[in-house]
Parts: sequence; structure tokens; C-alpha cells
Amino acid sequence: MELTEKYKQISDAANAAGISDLQVREQDGVLYIDGTAPSGAVKDQLWNTYDTIDPNFTSGDLILNISVSTGADVTKVKVTTDSSNLNIRQGPGTDQPIVGQAAHDEIITLISKTNNQWWLVRTENNEEGYAYAQYLSPQ
Amino acid sequence: MKLTKLLMTIAIVTTVSFVSCKPKDADVQAAIETKLKAKPDMGAVSVDFKDGVATLSGVCKDDVCKADCEKIAAEEKGVKSVMNNLTIASVAPAAAPVTITADDPLAKSVVDATKDYPTVNAAVNNGVITLTGEIKKASLPKLMMALNGLKPKKVENKLTIK
Repeated sequence: MELTEKYKQISDAANAAGISDLQVREQDGVLYIDGTAPSGAVKDQLWNTYDTIDPNFTSGDLILNISVSTGADVTKVKVTTDSSNLNIRQGPGTDQPIVGQAAHDEIITLISKTNNQWWLVRTENNEEGYAYAQYLSPQ
Repeated sequence: MKLTKLLMTIAIVTTVSFVSCKPKDADVQAAIETKLKAKPDMGAVSVDFKDGVATLSGVCKDDVCKADCEKIAAEEKGVKSVMNNLTIASVAPAAAPVTITADDPLAKSVVDATKDYPTVNAAVNNGVITLTGEIKKASLPKLMMALNGLKPKKVENKLTIK
């Protein structure tokens, strides 16, 4: 129960911020916090708290798995890479051939969310394929 | 005449004694409250009693508790009816077991997640992701978010932070 106490600030903040499907469990010396945040800002806030409690995340005793909910009506996503183009691939995986690219800050169409890592998208040029979800922000 | 008077007296006496026997609202309310408070799971229930109607409000843990509270209130002398406004506490979903991704799909996802961090090495063993190499402080949260989202058993962060 010590880990629950150590990261209590995160679970409390998660409750207060309206994280849905929140689960907090401890197993084999690791605390697992899972849930879905209403916005990316809420997720960032929880991670900032994590960084405060465990600077640089070096303790290896928490898995903070927070996804960001996107409404069913979301069809447009913005490419939020640091500056580069985003590869669009034939299948979900970096081992898959690149079939197209979307520019930094470009707004493209979200077709479906295959999983938490890979989303099926279509660019303005009608290139269709899978892009890494971390670089896509729902509009 | 005498008989009428006698009957009237009996009627008055009966009424008076009946009225005097009728418990006061506050007493009925207190009696119900005491009985409810004595039971486990019913401490969060409050009672309001007026004109023969006992109104129950608050939170019960389940339907059985709700019905029991109503029964306790209904059995109290002086209660003609019970307004059961109790709500059932929302049950927190039972903690699902922690799912940990198997090494093969995990290793593949780790390759995807670390592709844009050429100075980071990641090894996967028994669900544990071990990170070595170096990374800029600004990029660390983004990498950790991606890795934590893959459902590993744990992340051993041995990166040198620049």
C-alpha cells in the first residue's frame, strides 16, 4: 500500500479531473494507474505530477497508462510532430512500408482508431494509411 | 338521553385516549432514526416524519438495504406510509487484473515508440522495458507516456538526462 500512498496525489488528481474507467492497482512492487482523460491537458497535468513525485521517472514503480478520449464525432486530427513530416504506413507498425506523409501541423482525416498506438488516417492528397497516434491531436 | 350522554362520554374518552396515545412526529422520527443508525450500512440514511408519512433519504449500498430501511420505517407506530427516496450507492467496478503485454508484441511496439529517439536503446525482457542511452529532458515525458501506454510490467529508466 506504500505505493498507493506515494502516488496518492496522482490518483486524487485523476479522480478530481474526471478520469473515466480509473483503475489503481498494485502488483509485484509496481503501481498501475489506468484511465481515460477527458483532454490532453489533463493527461499532461497528471504526468507533471508524476515528474514531481518521481523526478525523471527513474523509480520504475509506476505504470501510468492514461489515454485521451476522443469523441465519436471527431474526424479531424492535427499532425503534432516536433517539426518533421509524419509517416503514413501501409499497416500498423514502423516495419510497414511508408505509403505517404502528412506535414507538420497539417489537419488530416481520422478514419478509425485501430489501437492506442496506430490510427488509420487519410491526407488531403487521399493517401490512406496508419500513423502513430502520439503525433495526432483530435480537433 | 342518559344513554346518549354516556355514549358521547365514551366517544370523547376514546378519542382523547387515542390522541394521547398517538406518538409525536419528532418521537417517531427519532425512533426510526435510532433503529436505522443501529444497523450497519444504514448509517447514511436520514428520516423526515410528518403527518404520518416517513420520508427516507440518503444512500444505501444496495436494493436489499433500501427495502430493509423502508420496512423498519413502516413498522414504526404512527407511520401510515413511507416515501422511499433512498438512492443506491454506485458500485466501483471491481479491480480488473493488471494486463501485461506479452514480450513479442511489446518489443514490436517499443521499437515503434522509440523510433524517433535515436539516442535511446530499449530492451524488453519479461514485460520489463529497460531504457539506456541518453535523452533530452523535454522529450522524456513524451517517450515515457508512449511506453507506459503499451502496458509493460514496468519501465526501468536508466537514461542519462541531458
